[in-house]
Amino acid sequence: MEVQDKESLGRWDGIGSRDASSRTEAMENISQEVMKKVEIIGPLPALVPAPPAPGSPPKSDLNDILAHLLMLSKKCPFEDVREGCLRLLQGVQNSGVRIPRPLGNGPSRFIPEKEILQVSKVDARTQSIFEDAFSALGRLDNISLVMGFHPQYLESFLRTQHYLLQMDGPLPLHYRHYIGIMAAARHQCSHLVNLHVNDFLQVGGDLKWLKGLDEAPQKLQQLGELNKILAHRPWLLTKEHIEQLLKAEEHSWSLAELIHAVVLLTHYHSLASFTFGCGIMPEIQCDGGHTFRPPSLSHYCVCDIANGNGHLNHHDDLLRNQEVCGEVEVLMERMKQLQECRDDEEASQEEMATRFEREKTESMLVVSAEEDECVPSRDISRHFEDPSYGYKDFSRRGEHVPTFRAQDYSWEDHGFSLVNRLYPDVGQMLDEKFQMAYNLTYNTMATHKDVDTSMLRRAIWNYIHCMFGIRYDDYDYGEINQLLDRSFKIYIKTMVCSPEKTTKRMYESFWRQFQHSEKVHVNLLLMEARMQAELLYALRAITRYMT
Amino acid sequence: MEKMSRVTTALGSNTISGRTMFCHLDAPANAISVCRDATQVVVAGRNIFKIYALEEEQFVEKLNLRVGRKPSLNFSCADVMWHQMEENLLATAATNGAVVTWNLGKPSRNKQDQLFTEHKRTVNKVCFHPTEVYMLLSGSQDGFMKCFDLRKKESVSTFSGQSESVRDVQFSMKDYFTFAASFENGNVQLWDIRRPDRYERMFTAHTGPVFCCDWHPDDRGWLATGGRDKMVKVWDMTTNKAKEIYCVQTIASVARVKWRPERKHHLATCSMMVDHNIYVWDVRRPFIPFATFEEHKDVTTGIVWRHQHDPHFLLSGSKDSTLYQHMFKDATRPVDKANPEGLCFGLFGDLAFAAKESLINSDANRKPYPGGDRRYPIFFFKKADPTEQFTHVSSVLNVFGTDLESNRMDWFVRTAQLYLLSGKPFAELCDHNAKVARELKRPRVSTTWTMLRIMFSDPANLTAPGLNHSHSKLGNLPLMNSFSMKDMGTGMGAEGRLERSKGELRQDNMHLEPGNLHINNNNEENEETEGSEGQAEYMFGDAELDDDDLYSMEHDNQMEEQEYILPPEAFPLRHEIIDNPSAPEHLQQDKADSPHVSGNEAEVMCLTPIESFSLISISQPLFSPHLPASFFCPIVREMLSYYAEQGDVQMAVSVLIVLGDRIRKEIDDLTQEHWYMSYIDLLQRFELWNVSNEVIKLSTCSAITCLNQTSTTLHINCSSCKRAMSNKGWICNKCHQCASVCAVCHHVVKGLFVWCQGCSHGGHLEHIMNWLKISAHCPAGCGHLWFSFSV
Repeated sequence: MEVQDKESLGRWDGIGSRDASSRTEAMENISQEVMKKVEIIGPLPALVPAPPAPGSPPKSDLNDILAHLLMLSKKCPFEDVREGCLRLLQGVQNSGVRIPRPLGNGPSRFIPEKEILQVSKVDARTQSIFEDAFSALGRLDNISLVMGFHPQYLESFLRTQHYLLQMDGPLPLHYRHYIGIMAAARHQCSHLVNLHVNDFLQVGGDLKWLKGLDEAPQKLQQLGELNKILAHRPWLLTKEHIEQLLKAEEHSWSLAELIHAVVLLTHYHSLASFTFGCGIMPEIQCDGGHTFRPPSLSHYCVCDIANGNGHLNHHDDLLRNQEVCGEVEVLMERMKQLQECRDDEEASQEEMATRFEREKTESMLVVSAEEDECVPSRDISRHFEDPSYGYKDFSRRGEHVPTFRAQDYSWEDHGFSLVNRLYPDVGQMLDEKFQMAYNLTYNTMATHKDVDTSMLRRAIWNYIHCMFGIRYDDYDYGEINQLLDRSFKIYIKTMVCSPEKTTKRMYESFWRQFQHSEKVHVNLLLMEARMQAELLYALRAITRYMT
Repeated sequence: MEKMSRVTTALGSNTISGRTMFCHLDAPANAISVCRDATQVVVAGRNIFKIYALEEEQFVEKLNLRVGRKPSLNFSCADVMWHQMEENLLATAATNGAVVTWNLGKPSRNKQDQLFTEHKRTVNKVCFHPTEVYMLLSGSQDGFMKCFDLRKKESVSTFSGQSESVRDVQFSMKDYFTFAASFENGNVQLWDIRRPDRYERMFTAHTGPVFCCDWHPDDRGWLATGGRDKMVKVWDMTTNKAKEIYCVQTIASVARVKWRPERKHHLATCSMMVDHNIYVWDVRRPFIPFATFEEHKDVTTGIVWRHQHDPHFLLSGSKDSTLYQHMFKDATRPVDKANPEGLCFGLFGDLAFAAKESLINSDANRKPYPGGDRRYPIFFFKKADPTEQFTHVSSVLNVFGTDLESNRMDWFVRTAQLYLLSGKPFAELCDHNAKVARELKRPRVSTTWTMLRIMFSDPANLTAPGLNHSHSKLGNLPLMNSFSMKDMGTGMGAEGRLERSKGELRQDNMHLEPGNLHINNNNEENEETEGSEGQAEYMFGDAELDDDDLYSMEHDNQMEEQEYILPPEAFPLRHEIIDNPSAPEHLQQDKADSPHVSGNEAEVMCLTPIESFSLISISQPLFSPHLPASFFCPIVREMLSYYAEQGDVQMAVSVLIVLGDRIRKEIDDLTQEHWYMSYIDLLQRFELWNVSNEVIKLSTCSAITCLNQTSTTLHINCSSCKRAMSNKGWICNKCHQCASVCAVCHHVVKGLFVWCQGCSHGGHLEHIMNWLKISAHCPAGCGHLWFSFSV
């Protein structure tokens, strides 16, 4: 499946061009070819009304093409291509071949399609970002579409990702994608794994490696341990781990390669968090993104109902809004109070320390309540992991997360210098991305305008770092308790520590009055904060190794 | 550590003395500060806050300010400062945002005096006013600076940087009201303490955070800043616009910078990451630190000069939990280890050499500046400065222009291209190569080839060609010799000089670091040329077996005489080369066409009667006809080593390949591999990819042949859909079009395909070559200009 997918991708390149005429030409080529193929197998489905078996060898190639066309007709940022694809699909259907339809609506399982920016209706800036992304990759993935709520961030994100995967760097291209797969697989994120399996093969990766980490070169296998620790318990990372990687004779890593790998790992761990946190749907052209079955009689697909994209939800939404009306106001009130009475009751130092410890311990327990409710995990990623190792076990055993003083090792002062020294330019990009995520604000909260949200953003950021044991001396962790309610904490905790368990219910149960774009914003914060936390631990270990 | 050096400095009434010493702290230090009379130092960190007395031999702990059962975060210090007027007064900046002052005069154990908790974020820096007792300034992560009057409970004024965190604040030493603040976004602001509403001026000093700044203690206009961008800059603030007057590039982000007292141009820096040393720079010599202290094992976090008028004592605290007093005289001076001479080859073989003038003048052989040649003397003068401790030195930079023709490696390239290494019978290969060498005016090499042929050929075949050629040669040789004489005459001046300089360089090289080795090699490559005739004597002396070859001996003597006058260079090759640029094509053609001729050796010989600069003009066998070839092996081996040692590894490898099994066993594998590697490396430098590939292919060392098996994957894109071609065959299976279509004839290219890496259009080699004769644009009509094409 993957192989075919990859092969068929090639021809789509022309339509990613910025030049309208070459797009038209490419579109022309595609339609000729598709119609040629349709003619070959055309008569068959015309005679037999039953839908052709989707897996039958002669058709599967065409099916992939059709699926791809479907994706383009929905998500290509170029108007003409979208229309062309639609016409072509129509033509194919008219000649009696079953065409696919998307399974589920829109890029996210959690966010109704109508809320998300339509590719057709975005402002010029977002449009150009989308176009760039499309020309670079020949696709516009659902993650970018959802991030499209925040174009400034998206731009920085895509630039960094592009640099990490495509531009100069110490690691060969297929290694980069493979590391991405390893990292995403750690969280059983089939969406990212699928995407990168395709890319991996495209850049000439060895199919054998995909059977499992055992088949990959020794060098990458060694990275497995780092991957595991970073994903679940980064605080356990020591300089011995680093040393093992760097001093492994012929399989050893160089420092620059290691930094590149670490950045990739953390990038994909946190991106997996985002993917689950926003309920990103499988890509239309990938497995599970489309179906050739005709819609069922009720006009609802099962999954539509399950993911709340059906109409039934409207009603529900209204109801809920009434229930929790005032949630936002309460939150704003609290923020105001905190700001004002800051000086009044200055907590003692011990009190502050206790507060931090309390948040930290509590954050351990938050998830356990939700534990039973487990999303069935796909086992696409089984090969890559050691399933017994996870955050869950750790919290059960009640181990203590050692405290990491942010003032002693911060991204701005230390992390940046190290990364930039060993992997030039990336430090700068990450720095910009972190700042972008941390400082992004529209000064709105739900329906309210001109709100200073810095306090809230800081609380979220610090709460995530707190879960990783990172403590800011200058922060009163009591604020977190005031600003983040339990359901929100559950969501954060799940998303950061075991993202595969995030459910739609969790997504909906926090901040119910807020808009989806704001929830995506929260997700961005979570993602970046997590990435920075992991990076800090990894870089600290490397620094310790170096000194 | 136990350096017993002792220095005593008299400073007014005070006397400071001491030695390099250190003590262990219990915890990493974040900052240190000394009291005014330089007798005590305070060390502050997350878990430490102590005062040490500086005694002659050691540090003595005087006071632990970290009291209480469970010390609060107020003790977790990011910065500390001892007041320079009031010796009982200290201030600390806490990581939790508190600014605390301490009064050592308090009778109780807890010396905490005032506590200001106005900052919301970590306070990065505190600074007392240099002359005002009660004025304290703080700068915090929250972007605000606050000025406190210690007699009041609250700050008297707040300055908003309108930006990200403040990393450093410093009162000006001379201007009562002015202070400077440095920011995380790269800006530096100047404020007037009386006007909290707006900064006086602002400029961008660095890209990325400015971690530190320091006013010059004497010169009121100078401000030094250090940033994450690894630079230290000195700004002249007296002009309207802050002007960067000095810039020092360090190897890691700069955490602290402190001007050295009593030395106008010196400052000390330490870095935040990776690099643990403390450097003292002379800002006018920004490339090499003036002095380095290398004692710390982890990053240095605080540096301070012990006394504000004594430049000899530096104190430092570090993350490795030690506190050091460094004596300046114990510092390492990187300058001493630096190489005072510089040497570099230019693109066209020019050689630049810079050295102290005295050094060069002392060279008796060197005439100062002979006019009319291409030596460009350039002087560097320094203005005399009474306080300057450096002797001013003038350096001379010599550029030795190589006479374009003489020193070129053309002969190398030619030889590489023209030599035949395989594909013909041994004798023919030798003859061919001999001819090549002769045409390139390398008679010795040529002779060697001929002799090889004689040594290793079947004696039966020997006589016929030998006879054939004796005539042509007779006319040739004298002519050539006179020619080279003439040439040598003209080229002599430059060569002679170059030769001398080489002799000198060789001496220098002995002092050079290993890093310069490649230069050395280069140098040797040049020497190859000179070697090529110098060896003649050796060669023939060795080859005594053909003693009846009078002709060659005569020739040899001539050469020797010439050598006496001239440096042995192989220069006389120029005009010939330029005059026959088309030669390689023909010869390569020859080579390509050769297979059909091979086999009937004798015939070929007859067809090409002018070949071979053969010295063997005898018609009778030289020696008893059946001397086994192995008899010569030791001599040949020696000869090969000799060539290789002389730098003509080309000869060594070529002979090795041509002789093949005849000699291979005689030479150990490592040496062979070494030769091969050197030759391949040279070939690749000259971009002779085909030749290098041939050599790799023909080599018999496993280590060499496997070179051809690494990175053999060539990724190609389909020219129509621009996707990577993933499978074999001519059809791109993504767009189902023939991927490699000739842009000229529109047929699929099978075989040699040449294409442009820019637009991925291309085609049959001949078609493209023809096309390029008429147009520089891509024949596919994509508009791409193929100027970078070298066919």
